[in-house]
Amino acid sequence: MENRKGRFGQFGGQYVAETLMNNIHELEKAYLHYKDNPEFKAELRSLLQNYAGRPSLLYFAGKMTADLKGAKIYFKREDLNHTGSHKINNVLGQVLLAKKMGKTRVIAETGAGQHGVATATAAALMGLECEIFMGREDTERQALNVFRMELLGAKVHPVTSGTMTLKDAVNETMREWVSRIDDTHYVLGSVMGPHPFPTIVRDFQKIIGEEVRAQIQEAEGKLPDAVVACIGGGSNAIGVFYEFINDENVRLIGCEAAGKGVETSENAATMTLGTVGIFHGMKSLFCQDEYGQIAPVYSISAGLDYPGIGPEHAHLAEIKRAEYVAVTDGEAVGAFEYLSRTEGIIPAIESAHAVAYVRKLAPTMSKEQVIVVNLSGRGDKDVASIARYKGLNIIEK
Amino acid sequence: MNRIEKAFKNKKAFIAFITGGDPDIETTEKLILEMAESGVDLIEIGVPFSDPVAEGPVIQGADERALRAGCTVDKLFDMIARVRGKTDIPLLFMSYINPVFVYGKEKFMQRCAESGVDGIIVPDLPFEEKGELSGECGKYKIAQISLIAPTSGERAEMIAKESEGFIYCVSSLGVTGVRGEIGTDITGMTARIRRVSDTPCAVGFGISTPEQAKEMAAVSDGVIIGSAIVKIIAEHGRDCMEPVKKFVREIKAALV
Repeated sequence: MENRKGRFGQFGGQYVAETLMNNIHELEKAYLHYKDNPEFKAELRSLLQNYAGRPSLLYFAGKMTADLKGAKIYFKREDLNHTGSHKINNVLGQVLLAKKMGKTRVIAETGAGQHGVATATAAALMGLECEIFMGREDTERQALNVFRMELLGAKVHPVTSGTMTLKDAVNETMREWVSRIDDTHYVLGSVMGPHPFPTIVRDFQKIIGEEVRAQIQEAEGKLPDAVVACIGGGSNAIGVFYEFINDENVRLIGCEAAGKGVETSENAATMTLGTVGIFHGMKSLFCQDEYGQIAPVYSISAGLDYPGIGPEHAHLAEIKRAEYVAVTDGEAVGAFEYLSRTEGIIPAIESAHAVAYVRKLAPTMSKEQVIVVNLSGRGDKDVASIARYKGLNIIEK
Repeated sequence: MNRIEKAFKNKKAFIAFITGGDPDIETTEKLILEMAESGVDLIEIGVPFSDPVAEGPVIQGADERALRAGCTVDKLFDMIARVRGKTDIPLLFMSYINPVFVYGKEKFMQRCAESGVDGIIVPDLPFEEKGELSGECGKYKIAQISLIAPTSGERAEMIAKESEGFIYCVSSLGVTGVRGEIGTDITGMTARIRRVSDTPCAVGFGISTPEQAKEMAAVSDGVIIGSAIVKIIAEHGRDCMEPVKKFVREIKAALV
């Protein structure tokens, strides 16, 4: 989908400080070298199979299908990966690449903590120093994940600038990177940021869709009618969409966070409400005001609480190849509980946004049709915050 | 000769940075006039941004204060138009690309020209992306200032060849802010630039004392001081005029 260098239609680019330019050119060069290098590929394949647990299952959700009385629903079980989400796919690739480039230290931003945990895990495995930047509000919402990262040997920096959430964590990680470049690789967690990150992260995540194609062919003898994923920066969504972009009969649907509603000021619905801007190294869509000030965004999900979107998604929306819908906190929490009780699967609150939309979509489709939902992460990390949302106090003593 | 060229003529230029609208527009307006009177040769006005990624804590704080006080780029244009009636000092905007892009690139540069802004520095617009603004900057004769960093290496020549106004030589890795010592080989950097370009080189990032200013000016055509001034403004608020003037005069004295 890339036309000229690092562009997806009008979106993408390399809008970063001069200080970083030689470094990101170097990264691009290294990536282009290693991505087709048989040794690198074999090493990564082995890590994905023997460490992360790939391929992940494609599970037929029979009870949910029967309950909704429409299309057959399959879950791509990224929640069963080591560290509990799709984030490990990208992180194993990038940390291995960093190691090949001679870097000895990795830094990363994290929202919900999934990417931070995955990065800390890969750094521990491959023997690299690791520092994670996380908005202070998120360190409070996701305190267990902070401790998890520390157990893995990472240093966690609570970020107190700006809105103290994911966007500020990205700002702070960029500030750290520009201060210490030589030995450090920034493991960006989503398909965003300056080129080459949106392409690198997509390439490390596209294995999700490649597996889905083979698995659904085996199970149903055909391609799915719709592929649904939640979307913050957009890495799990592009991971499952990419393989199907040229299959025009496969609907691709991204579910973003409407927070308390797209009609309120408390949401993170970039695709629904955003306008074109240039921020965090990329031209894309952003929630912002008429002066280009980035808006404070809100979602119950720390992982979707981001005011931008990866440039390839902005492009897929512009050419109308993918559809994007907004799902509220309430709908996501409803789906979180529904999936737990119906299938015995506790989804990440991020992934629950996709499940919520499927509850509406499936009944409108016929029983011969097939929906694949990317269950991008597991919900263990969210149990406490869901209890809080419901007004329960379950803190262990 | 344009206003920017004059600032470098027969002297080491002293470039001062303040964030526009910190703590309010009136103070910025007064500061511009007072600093011009006190020996500053060129003033950079930061367009406050919600997410100043290239900035250290001092200027981040200034951006937050300015935005909270209701500063917008429209108000900055109006203020500059007023100031232009009273001083000939060259004025530059330091803005991230997003406020320019979202305002409308053409409209932004047109208003720069009308109000009397001489140039623009965009820290997140590297050489590869400078085409984003070069058409509009060229049309309205707004100098697009390039930055060269300690990590630029062989990129320095490429950037210098297409430079306008002056070249902003970034003295240190990292974000803006006061530094105890500057380790970068500025002599090497300016020598590299001189091989391909006559554009004046000004050094910024981390300079805060007359001694540092003198040292950096000896190997370049001028110095840029931001965080050290913004810190005084943060401390004294609207009463910052006298302490800022005192500081500025000390720096100026070290440069003549």
